Amino acid sequence: MVKYSIFTIARNALTGHQNWPKQWRSPEPKPEYDVIIIGGGGHGLATAYYLAKEHGVRNIAVLEKGWLGGGNTARNTTIVRSNYLWDESAAIYEKSLQLWEGLSQDINYNVMLSQRGVLNLAHSLGDVREGVRRVNANRLNGVDAEWLDAEGVKNFCPIINISKSARHPVLGATLQRRGGVARHDSVAWGYARAADALGVDIIQNCEVTGIKREGGKVTGVETTRGDIAAKKIGVVAAGHSSVIAEMAGIRLPITSHPLQALVSEPIKPVIDCVVMSGAVHVYVSQSDKGELVMGAGIDSFNSYAQRGSFHVIEHQLGACLELFPIFSRVRMMRTWGGIVDTCPDASPILSRTPVDGLYFNCGWGTGGFKATPGSGWCFAHTLAKEEPHPLNAPFSLSRFESGALIDEHGAAGVAH
Amino acid sequence: MTQAFRTTSGGRIDRRKAINFTFNGQSYIGYEGDTLASALLANGVHLLGRSFKYHRPRGIVAAGAEEPNSMVQLGEGATTEPNIRATQISLYEGLTASSVNVWPNVEFDISAINGLFAKIMTAGFYNKTFMWPRSMWMKLYEPVIRRAAGWGKAPTQTDPDIYDHMHLHVEVMVVGGGPAGLMAALAAGRAGARVLLVDEQSEFGGSLLSKKRQIGAKDEAGWIADMAAELEAMPDVTLLSRSTAFGYYDHNYLCVLEQKTDHLPAAERKGKVRQRVWHIRAGQVVLATGAHERPLVFADNDRPGIMLAGSVQTYVNRYGVLPGKKMVLFTNNDAAYEAAIDLQAAGGDVVAIIDCRHEVSGELVDAARALDIEILAGYAITGTSGGKRVESVEVRAIQKGAKVYTSAARQIDCDLVAMSGGWSPVVHLFSQSQGQLEYDEEKVCFLPGKPRQAQQVAGALAGQFTLKECLAGGYKAGADAARATGFTPKRKPAAPEIEEPDLGGIEPFWIVPGSRPIGEGMAKHFVDLQNDTTAADIELAVREGFESVEHIKRYTLTGFGTDQGKTSNINALAILSGILDKPIPKVGTTTFRPPYTPVSYGALAGRNLGDWSDPVRVTSIHDWHVENGALFENVGQWKRPWYFPKAGETMHEALNRECLAVRNAVGVLDASTLGKIDIRGPDAAEFLNRIYTNAWAKLGIGRVRYGLMCHEDGMVFDDGTTARLAEDRFLMTTTTGGAASVLDWLEEYLQTEWPELKVYCTSVTEQWATVSIAGPKAGAVLKKLAPEMDLSHENFPFLSFKEGTVAGLKARVFRISFTGELSYEINVPWANGLALWEAVMAAGAEFDITPYGTESMHILRAEKGFIIVGQETDGTTTPQDLGMDWIVSKKKPDFIGKRSFTRSDTARPDRKQLVGLLTETPDDVLPEGAQLVFDPNVPKPIPMAGHVTSSYYSAALGRSIALALVKGGHGRKGQKIFAPLEGKTVTAEIVDPVLYDKEGERLNG
Ligand SMILES: Cc1cc2nc3c(=O)[nH]c(=O)nc-3n(C[C@H](O)[C@H](O)[C@H](O)COP(=O)(O)OP(=O)(O)OC[C@H]3O[C@@H](n4cnc5c(N)ncnc54)[C@H](O)[C@@H]3O)c2cc1C
Repeated sequence: MVKYSIFTIARNALTGHQNWPKQWRSPEPKPEYDVIIIGGGGHGLATAYYLAKEHGVRNIAVLEKGWLGGGNTARNTTIVRSNYLWDESAAIYEKSLQLWEGLSQDINYNVMLSQRGVLNLAHSLGDVREGVRRVNANRLNGVDAEWLDAEGVKNFCPIINISKSARHPVLGATLQRRGGVARHDSVAWGYARAADALGVDIIQNCEVTGIKREGGKVTGVETTRGDIAAKKIGVVAAGHSSVIAEMAGIRLPITSHPLQALVSEPIKPVIDCVVMSGAVHVYVSQSDKGELVMGAGIDSFNSYAQRGSFHVIEHQLGACLELFPIFSRVRMMRTWGGIVDTCPDASPILSRTPVDGLYFNCGWGTGGFKATPGSGWCFAHTLAKEEPHPLNAPFSLSRFESGALIDEHGAAGVAH
Repeated sequence: MTQAFRTTSGGRIDRRKAINFTFNGQSYIGYEGDTLASALLANGVHLLGRSFKYHRPRGIVAAGAEEPNSMVQLGEGATTEPNIRATQISLYEGLTASSVNVWPNVEFDISAINGLFAKIMTAGFYNKTFMWPRSMWMKLYEPVIRRAAGWGKAPTQTDPDIYDHMHLHVEVMVVGGGPAGLMAALAAGRAGARVLLVDEQSEFGGSLLSKKRQIGAKDEAGWIADMAAELEAMPDVTLLSRSTAFGYYDHNYLCVLEQKTDHLPAAERKGKVRQRVWHIRAGQVVLATGAHERPLVFADNDRPGIMLAGSVQTYVNRYGVLPGKKMVLFTNNDAAYEAAIDLQAAGGDVVAIIDCRHEVSGELVDAARALDIEILAGYAITGTSGGKRVESVEVRAIQKGAKVYTSAARQIDCDLVAMSGGWSPVVHLFSQSQGQLEYDEEKVCFLPGKPRQAQQVAGALAGQFTLKECLAGGYKAGADAARATGFTPKRKPAAPEIEEPDLGGIEPFWIVPGSRPIGEGMAKHFVDLQNDTTAADIELAVREGFESVEHIKRYTLTGFGTDQGKTSNINALAILSGILDKPIPKVGTTTFRPPYTPVSYGALAGRNLGDWSDPVRVTSIHDWHVENGALFENVGQWKRPWYFPKAGETMHEALNRECLAVRNAVGVLDASTLGKIDIRGPDAAEFLNRIYTNAWAKLGIGRVRYGLMCHEDGMVFDDGTTARLAEDRFLMTTTTGGAASVLDWLEEYLQTEWPELKVYCTSVTEQWATVSIAGPKAGAVLKKLAPEMDLSHENFPFLSFKEGTVAGLKARVFRISFTGELSYEINVPWANGLALWEAVMAAGAEFDITPYGTESMHILRAEKGFIIVGQETDGTTTPQDLGMDWIVSKKKPDFIGKRSFTRSDTARPDRKQLVGLLTETPDDVLPEGAQLVFDPNVPKPIPMAGHVTSSYYSAALGRSIALALVKGGHGRKGQKIFAPLEGKTVTAEIVDPVLYDKEGERLNG
């Protein structure tokens, strides 16, 4: 792998950039792999990378039905934070945040992690209670967290309207200063390049159409590019997880819904942090290109089509203008949708399954981008050791039988 | 010199109406009918802005929505708007605009220094650097990148304008009011269909507005006027100009932005709706969205003065402006010759036509030759020069099909380059409607394939590039659409005689070869002008393994601008196909996403702002609360009195007073907001039996019972009392915030799980106002108001209700209690709420009856250990956790949540359980949300044992009290627990949650 740095750029500039190597190969699938990862999104690629890097597994393929990183990885609002309520969540998201903090250097690819602080606004006495509770829990868990009153919110983000006469006035907010955003595409590409360098075959335009099993154990997959044998299969297919589960005769407690996002035209910097409001449904940050990046609410119907309803966007912009009246004349430039895999308890599944050799990493729903490094790291461990790491043990499928749910609904509304 | 570039006559501008405007601080004059772009060009202003990365000087390229460059900051103060395309701004008196993202100004822009680093700032360069030292990313690199980011500025003040939404159903919606769209609307309108025709421009006519054509007896202007007049006269036809269809969703649902006042001087805008979003459902949609001209990609093709040929023609013919006086045309097709011919006719000078095709012939070519214009066939522009305006081009012969030059360079001086690489149908809406595109080799463009919705396509969008084809195609599409929606089209009118030049040929030509590989040397071949994406960037992306067109787009940012790549997408695709050596259709296209052109947030929000963003719900007693100084709490959509401070009273004092009044005399609470659901039907009791955890079948008529509802996972999700009004009728109450979700829940179960149950649910929350009186004197107050009612405990026991007359009003009185005191909840028809309240206040005066709000209610119930759903519960709490095993039936065969109680985790003995807490120091009020630990002296992460759910100062007990969920709490009474707060740790004792009147003796007053 050619190391990226300003010096390599300068050197290549002298030769008209004619000599850059491919960031990843486009290999033909081999007949057999030790591990097949289904889904070349951020989580799948991270899994492959950590499998190779941390566990020395070399014979790995990532099978992606479209272009790598083209699923929710390419479609999310890129909010990164770890201030979750429950111990189990805080632990895995905090592991993830710590990996984020060294990720650009680790994979030698600038993922543009921008730790500009995440505010979660409280608009009612109930929100305040929950916010304070979460801040206290975070502190005891060693996750940075602060509680700000309305004035504190205004100081941190001066363009927020904290008027008491607002329909749902801002009463305060939790702040995680280490939270922020990262550049989604770079995450996928950086992991792909780093995984490829460790010998991982990333095979795009290769849709898995069947899971082959013998005697309750996986033997490989059927794909649009032919059958491929494998000893272990890790499924990391986000919104399409249940589709693949069905191929193996499993039902997952997951429903897939459209979730939309939008960006404004690029404008000069006006907002220097991430603001989230579960209660009025707005999520705003400003990208390094100047676009206001905003997440919309989830559509309540089930769907696999990557588009949502227009009224959801209109509703969201009404709420947005309540908080940021100065955005009224800013213009929406692009909208899109992804399909999110939601679990009943709003927490993910990283787990073995009743089928031997078949593992699932899914259920990240509306908020898994931030978990990309941690999820890949834990899932790699699970695949390599054939048992979960303590960080992901609580996120097993069996919790839906035991009732040991990790209910994060209360913590943040639509949790991005 | 004013308007030195204005032609002497012609155009659709009104030369009698001069309009004053300012650009970059300089005053200019234009005419009514101008756009900002045409008026600037008339004044010889080409330099409008700077490019994104390299800050190269940039000018106007196009004449409409496809314009990639000329974004300006429009207006000032509260009504300023960033990034508006000068080509889409109708000129109005007093307009002010300025260039965006330049410093100190567009003429001299410091950031142009970036050009020196162009060699380094290739596609995706930021992924490869800015990583060392790590700390510098947030401190230096990113702040610098961010400061450079963005175009214009958001206003700093609140928008004074209003926006609204409209909804419309039509049989036929026609998008695009060019010749094809006009004909389609006419055909459908004549057939009798309800028709909507929308066009983004200020007037109908589309591309015809830019051309000179004879149609029958009329010229183009006359024909357009006739068409518009006939359509306007049809009662069922709606015409919307300045209206852009920006989104095409499922089931022929389209959204249109109408700009109602943006073209008016400020003084004429006042009080009017600025913009309106129309939501249209159409039986059939006719897309007649036209085509955008493609630029050619050659070295330094971005200088001001390098424009699209068709746009040059538009400026000449429609606006009476010469964008330049010495023009070079660079083309791969015949049609563009018309621009040269028209410019020459208008007094400009066409110095040469550079045609990359080797054989050129045809009507238009001959016409150009007849004007003595030099035509260089088999040539291409291989370079340009000029600082803030193109000054000359370098041309060379090129070998057919090969990527090399075959001649030495020749310089041609000019002040305008018109270019044409062919036409790209505006397929955006078609694509949004899920239609697939098909590549047409002959026409060198993507055309709509089979529609996926009830839809027709016509005109240039459908590859109909001549006016004749457009008129015929438009009429057919309109007639087909009308027929498909049940109308019989009139017989097709005879086609008029049309004078138009033969279209001639086109040859695909995507990039001008260079003497050195693209990307070497200093020249830049721009593909996406707005994002400064060059052909070299695309080559680099492929070299680095990005092959999918979506990857290319993301890596190079081509097509990611505010123009969404209207002029660049196809060139990028074709260049990619050349590099990959794959045919264009095999490379695939990227997805077109709504909106077609940007839409203001204000318009999208419409009127749903402020109190209209979410309905404000108030009770019929609300005004009294306001008059009596209540402070309010938002509970869901409701405004509830929070507490009623008297003059000079602190919150603490007010709460003490309110609570003590209830404990010692009588208090009154407006409880109207509690959800009420009327549940009726022969299976109503069975239904409740399955919904609630306790038993309902045997509840007597006239009796009331408290119930808990759980989700399937066994977690509590709502509670309340339900009364049996009749054998087959119950009145359920829910929490204030939960009313809607409970009704949804009941309906979901009735409709999807138990359709066999005959039960009907009706929300009656707003049918009944509820006044709750509580305290030892509650009975005395009620007695005065309802002397007829038997209030004896035998005949009106706890958990029963009576119908009767209270204060002369028809009422239902419920004997239930959320305070532990003797308490009556009096329900009267909503409209009588205030009358009842006032009667209660009057009757209670002698007992000093005290109105109290939600906060005192919370304290009073906490003293009794009563839970509040959403406070003591958070979706992870079972009835057993709350110490309410008594309410979970062991006998019922099933109810929602039952099976979950036996799950291993749900049955675990050390779950978090509801307890009371008494702080060691009685005055310490724990913060709600404080986390609790058994051992505060361990390092982080400190294992948490639970948290404080409710915490208050209790006046009745003279100390603080709290409720908490604590691991294994039921077995830990008497133990100590700690709340490590920021700065201090509070110690408390775990106690029973019922802290006041443990024996419940006060219930009977
Ligand atoms: C609008 C939106 C906003 C969001 N905002 C945030 C946010 O701000 N912060 C946050 O943390 N999270 C956010 N999320 C959630 C986040 O995007 C996802 O949780 C996360 O990206 C999931 O990553 P992934 O790699 O698992 O999924 P994906 O990137 O979707 O990858 C799954 C891949 O599997 C492939 N695949 C599916 N089926 C098959 C098959 N049969 N064969 C082969 N390949 C297959 C897909 O093509 C896809 O590339 C948001 C999501 C959306 C949609």
